[in-house]
Amino acid sequence: MEELVNLFHGFAVALQPFNIMVMILGIVLGVIIGVLPGLGGANGVAILLPLTFSMPPTSAIIMLSCIYWGALFGGAITSILFNIPGEPWSVATTFDGYPMAQQGKAGEALTAAFTSSFVGALFAVIMITLVAPLVASFALQFGPAEKFAVYFLAFCSFVGLSKEPPFKTIAAMMIGFALAAVGLDSITGQLRLTFGSTELLNGFDFLIAVIGLFGIGEILLTMEEGLSFRGGKAKIDLRVVLQTWKEMPRYWVTSLRSCIIGCWMGITPAGATPASFMSYGIAKRVSPKGENFGKGEIEGVVAPETAAHAAGTAALLPMLSLGVPGSPTAAVLLGGLLIWGLQPGPMLFVEQKEFVWGLIASMYLGNLVGLIVVLTCVPIFAAILRVPFSIIAPLILVLCAIGAYSVHSSTFDVVMMLVFGVVGYLLKKCNYPLAPLVLAIVLGDKAEEAFRQSLLGSQGSLGVFFSNTLVGTIMVLGLIALFWSLIQQGYSRLRTAAA
Amino acid sequence: MTTNSSDAGPTHKAVEAGVTLLIALFGAIVIYGSVKAGINWGAEGPRAGFFPFYIGIFIVVASAVNLWNGLRDGDDGLFAEWGQLRQVMSVVVPTSIYVGVMPFTGLYLASIIFIGWFMRWLGKYSWPIVAAVALGMPVVTYLIFERWFLVPLPKGPIEEWLGL
Repeated sequence: MEELVNLFHGFAVALQPFNIMVMILGIVLGVIIGVLPGLGGANGVAILLPLTFSMPPTSAIIMLSCIYWGALFGGAITSILFNIPGEPWSVATTFDGYPMAQQGKAGEALTAAFTSSFVGALFAVIMITLVAPLVASFALQFGPAEKFAVYFLAFCSFVGLSKEPPFKTIAAMMIGFALAAVGLDSITGQLRLTFGSTELLNGFDFLIAVIGLFGIGEILLTMEEGLSFRGGKAKIDLRVVLQTWKEMPRYWVTSLRSCIIGCWMGITPAGATPASFMSYGIAKRVSPKGENFGKGEIEGVVAPETAAHAAGTAALLPMLSLGVPGSPTAAVLLGGLLIWGLQPGPMLFVEQKEFVWGLIASMYLGNLVGLIVVLTCVPIFAAILRVPFSIIAPLILVLCAIGAYSVHSSTFDVVMMLVFGVVGYLLKKCNYPLAPLVLAIVLGDKAEEAFRQSLLGSQGSLGVFFSNTLVGTIMVLGLIALFWSLIQQGYSRLRTAAA
Repeated sequence: MTTNSSDAGPTHKAVEAGVTLLIALFGAIVIYGSVKAGINWGAEGPRAGFFPFYIGIFIVVASAVNLWNGLRDGDDGLFAEWGQLRQVMSVVVPTSIYVGVMPFTGLYLASIIFIGWFMRWLGKYSWPIVAAVALGMPVVTYLIFERWFLVPLPKGPIEEWLGL
């Protein structure tokens, strides 16, 4: 009951005129970011983060999270109209969305995609409203060992659930941890890994890494492919919207299943991209119209879009309640919290009620605003994609440079951004996942601190991580996640042996 | 670099092996730095190099496995064609120059030249369009970042002379 009262207070905060204004601004910027190649949710938020330094934290988080929602919506536009996924999580949407557009049903496909996104997000927000305070109050009892166990679980899930080879995931993650360790050691106050360089005193800022890895890296990949955009016309009129809405309740089972898949994949840091693929795959197998998938089936748009949006939204649950972000974008938002002077984690729910509930209320409103904005403004956003890449690319590069500079007002950071960009291009081409690398840079210091404090308490014995049921359970779950692909292989081998 | 045919290029296997070795080298540097910072227990518990030391070990071990896997059953195809890599370099080189001169010229002048160069040489646009975008973008940036959101950006002698 107390949550409901808090939520209403949150709505009062989110409905202040200034907050509504930043909400709409955030959504519009987010959709543009989602539509443009090279500007994804994570680095779009990272570039615009400095703009929020002078805002109150609640307005700042509302604007940044709305950019995120906008980017989630925007990815669908390019997938359906141009067969170019603006975001990785929209790849599965192209399978049926683009054929629909070619058959002249672009309006229906877009309406279905946007509405499914909204449904997925709404489901996830309701889940956050109900579950996050419980998780947070539970997590308040965590000591350093439990905290480390949660980080351990998060990172192990990456290894077990990502489609990249496990040792590449581990290598990428460890690079992130190593970069996080550079500079001043927070416990002993000693310098390490700086090799005498004054620029490295403060370590690597993950915002710079995000802007370089995702922004510059993506531009380089796009340049290599030599993309030029050609696509159909987009127009949605009210008749098409209403007609599609009438049709959509038929797919409620697919929708509900996709919501659950999305929420699960969002909370564990697998993220929106695998969620959308998994949801599409299951829908294809289960649906009676399964063999029509890939030829322009509306259900094939509903499934991935619902799951991607549910996952993208659910990724904020562990970020808010545990301080462990479920996706790179959530990690950037968490970085924002630190910059605004807030400590992410369970204490937020106790000390910063207005902030937390304002954010949660803004998720309800932001997604509603987002739905309205994309449904009414699709032609405008589609027109952005017709601007040639040779104009867009330098503008995005300049924007990335501005974003990287303004984090610490340092031109050295801009150089680092370019280095990260080239590294990101190479790693991406060689099939190394970038999300765990970024998350490790963000969480590295905290994970290390928790690890060393636990060891201090136990005089260096690793047994502290199995010393009570709670921490032991989380660690075992982590180990299961770590060896998940091996366990699966062993299981299927046992089955074939038995048969 | 050979530039004879358009479908030639470095193999994926070779580039991946190179990247893996670079990562392993990075891991070795981390181990070296950690040992210098102290990896054993001091009076205040684990010393500064304790945690990164094991991270470095993980990097080297994971890279060894990746190198082995990559050489054994890696992708035999091309990493990218030379023409494609030239496209990539046509972004990397000017961006490096752009980033390199920024501390001396400030962001605005560098951006104008960078955008102009990009549009004129890669996009082949007419001068009026180039000028409109190349000058328009910094003006919009100035208004949004410095005026509305009060975020200072690097300035050079020209901005000083203009008194901005």
